[in-house]
Amino acid sequence: MLVDVGLTCLAVFFIGLSYGAVAAASGFPLWVPAAQSLLVLAGASEFLFIGIVAAGGSPIAAALAGMLVNARHLPYGLALPPGVTGRGWRRLLGTHLMNDESVVFGLAQPDLPGKRAAYWACGLGVLACWPGGAVLGALIGSVVHDTSAFGLDAMFPAVILALIVKDLRDARTRRAALAGAAVALAATPFLPAGLPVLLALAAVVLLVRSPAPEAAR
Amino acid sequence: MKDSTLVVAGMATLAAGTYAFRLSGQLLRARITVPPRATRLLEAAAVILLAALVATTALTEGHGFSGFARPAGVLVGGVLAWRKAPFLVVVIAAAAVAAGLRLLGVR
Repeated sequence: MLVDVGLTCLAVFFIGLSYGAVAAASGFPLWVPAAQSLLVLAGASEFLFIGIVAAGGSPIAAALAGMLVNARHLPYGLALPPGVTGRGWRRLLGTHLMNDESVVFGLAQPDLPGKRAAYWACGLGVLACWPGGAVLGALIGSVVHDTSAFGLDAMFPAVILALIVKDLRDARTRRAALAGAAVALAATPFLPAGLPVLLALAAVVLLVRSPAPEAAR
Repeated sequence: MKDSTLVVAGMATLAAGTYAFRLSGQLLRARITVPPRATRLLEAAAVILLAALVATTALTEGHGFSGFARPAGVLVGGVLAWRKAPFLVVVIAAAAVAAGLRLLGVR
């Protein structure tokens, strides 16, 4: 288990590196990725926030979009058995450590002590590696001035694509995602920055209307 | 960067909102069960938002087209990711293709 946690944290570190580099290349000072990686501690939403604000969108709209991405933490909390996130004051930190990776590792263990150990090991590892990678990446990114010559502008969409590719293997999700992307692209010439991405959510109706996989079975 | 105060407000909103989601699931655990369908819809909504971000950041700059080099790099990265290439390979290939095309004069 510890080897798997270590490898996962290493991957998180590299994603953090690219996050920091992209944030710096988009013109954000070091404290933005540093504070955000530590206080939000949820990668995809931070990328979304940086992307919307860098495109000229409102930071508040970006925060709301990020919160929508992070709403999945509510069902995570429902799924975790009581006591995994700790008791008393430890729970304040244990709650903050809740992320995709720590929940997966925590749920995979057979008993409560094992679940707690795996959850905390992975959660603390991510707490060290994500902000660490982000700060190092921002320092590297701020040295590079001509970002387009190095193709850094292509890094950002490629990182997010790599993060969601496993979800896109599901045909229904892929259809909805493509439809949402098309809506956002069609709206970009006309709407203020940041809004087209939010408008893509209209594609959720494709999933509401068509029957869920098990209902069809 | 835009107005720092507004960015700080946005960051604080996102951080507080995310913590609230992390906490409320645990607190509600005894009282409600979220249907699996709703959970899947939430996950899909997140993927849709992120896919739209990929499309707009790859293909547009401001209100117009970003040029060919960037989406070509992203496309190569996407194909590699689909074929389960390691994360670093995906990201470096995307940047290298975009940079290489620009070196050849493709904008």
